[in-house]
Amino acid sequence: MARSVKTETATRPHVIPGPVRVIGTAAALSALYFLVIAVAGHNPYYMQILSIAAINVIGAVSLNLINGFTGLFSIGHAGFLAIGAYTSGSLTVFLGFPFIPSIIMGGICAMAMGFVVGTPTLRLGGDYLAIATLGFGEIIRVVMNNIDKVGGPRGFTGIPPYSSFFWTYLFAVATVLIIINFVTSSHGRACKSIREDEIAARAMGINVTRYKVTVFVIGSFFAGVAGGLLVHTLQLAHPKMFGIMKSVDYLIMIVVGGYGSITGAIVAATLITGLTEALRFIQEWRMLVYGLLLIVVMLTRPQGLMGGFEVSFDRLAGLLGKPSADAGKQEGVK
Amino acid sequence: MVNGIQLGSIYALIALGYTMVYGIVRLINFAHGEIYMAGAYIGYFVAGYLGPFFLPTLVIPMLLTPVLALIIERFAYRPLRFAPRLAALSTALGVSIFLQNFVRQFIGADYRPFPQIMTPHTYNVGGVIINNITILVVGVAFTLMMVLQFIVRRTKVGKAMRAVSYDKDAARLMGIDLDYVISVTFVLGSTLAAAAGVLVGIAYPRIDPVMGLLPGMKAFIAAVLGGIGNIPGAMLGGLVMGMAEIMVVYLYSSKWRDAVAFAILIVVLLLRPQGLLGRQLSEKV
Repeated sequence: MARSVKTETATRPHVIPGPVRVIGTAAALSALYFLVIAVAGHNPYYMQILSIAAINVIGAVSLNLINGFTGLFSIGHAGFLAIGAYTSGSLTVFLGFPFIPSIIMGGICAMAMGFVVGTPTLRLGGDYLAIATLGFGEIIRVVMNNIDKVGGPRGFTGIPPYSSFFWTYLFAVATVLIIINFVTSSHGRACKSIREDEIAARAMGINVTRYKVTVFVIGSFFAGVAGGLLVHTLQLAHPKMFGIMKSVDYLIMIVVGGYGSITGAIVAATLITGLTEALRFIQEWRMLVYGLLLIVVMLTRPQGLMGGFEVSFDRLAGLLGKPSADAGKQEGVK
Repeated sequence: MVNGIQLGSIYALIALGYTMVYGIVRLINFAHGEIYMAGAYIGYFVAGYLGPFFLPTLVIPMLLTPVLALIIERFAYRPLRFAPRLAALSTALGVSIFLQNFVRQFIGADYRPFPQIMTPHTYNVGGVIINNITILVVGVAFTLMMVLQFIVRRTKVGKAMRAVSYDKDAARLMGIDLDYVISVTFVLGSTLAAAAGVLVGIAYPRIDPVMGLLPGMKAFIAAVLGGIGNIPGAMLGGLVMGMAEIMVVYLYSSKWRDAVAFAILIVVLLLRPQGLLGRQLSEKV
């Protein structure tokens, strides 16, 4: 199946110079932030949903790095979220860590676990990896269920509400920017080549295993960060929050958004979070709809809704016909 | 020990479906656990309407669930046969979620007591305490496995199945109808899963919509353990899984049984990815 591979910026007709790009991005992102605050800032319920949407963006984009860009099939993302969540929660509750270090530590622990799990299992073929990650996610859940110090099956409560939309937004933006930089670098191209044809990639001298582990570890780090943010938003962690369905949620987000599309993952994560809340009144039907959605999307558009399409300054500039620094401001979503 | 064999033979029955489908279409059929759940539910309704007779309760689900499997295969998997594997896997997950929640929505999310088919009797055979339900479960499971072995080894369709799993393209060149063989595979696998569902209903009389999830995964582990695509391997893997789980419950605590199952999986994948009875496959270029 042909995928649209992003061409080099140098070959594009409308290329925006670096500094303008940076300022434009910053301007667009802060404009989006203040717009959101202006619209929803007065309502704590909306703000909470927006925080969760931002957290889901982190989860979906980081999973997309693993599944979409490198072609691995990981369905244990919730396990890493759980590690980040419990680590970060424990650090603030038991050791009095401040917010940001606890989040980073959550990410680092998830990353270490990603390395431990990834190094051996990534040697396996795609399907085995799927089942191994699934198994790993379940083990984490069972372990959390059995540690009484963090609440066990009762859940881990009393986590201070350090997080806010400001922080989740900031982390989401940072995640997206870092991952965009990664996938558009030569490392990112190496990952895509592994996705397209692993054997050919190896023949071209790409260290396939090393790239797989790297990507897996980066993905786990951000999943851990997302988990840390999540518990500080909800002020609670519960083993049930990190079951298979959580991993499947993220999978649905990237499938619907399109494997290997950052824009798609962001849009789908936001939409699905909103939809989940909007469908709260028919909650039992939600998963039924999800299942159908997944089947229908796969049957009709196996490449996902956005396919390989990305919103970018260059593309916007191309649409407007001339390179323009305003381009980014008009369409905030990067 | 005896409980381990009972649980193990149920896992083995489900694992056979995974292993056959994987062996032939290279697809982890995530919906297989739900097929097993469907079997249990159909058995529940049959026993409810016709009364608690063993044979109809076992046979009717074994005839009806393959229809479900065929529908799934036809509408969800066949269009994606030549699509990327990730797309097919995602669809299988979607089917699984859909079926689970379909049952939850239209039949109810609560646990339901499975009608009692037979009153338990306990026998003491030379110091081993065994009850008639265990004998029944293990007996039915082994009979079905023997029948399957016969079909795969001795019949023409079985030969075609083995040919397809060996080399799909070459088999097609030899005039084997791929769609037909794959359908047969799904039918056989889901028949066994349905039987497993009914047997679970009889042995542990409680069924619910998500009952397929964990046993489904454990059966998959069993299939991996025995060497995926390998039928005797799946049987052995199922037994090992069942025994290991009961041992953990017996020696330690039931809280860790699921974790142990997955730990076994990861250890096996690391040490012997081709499974206990599997042979090393070379990577095709």
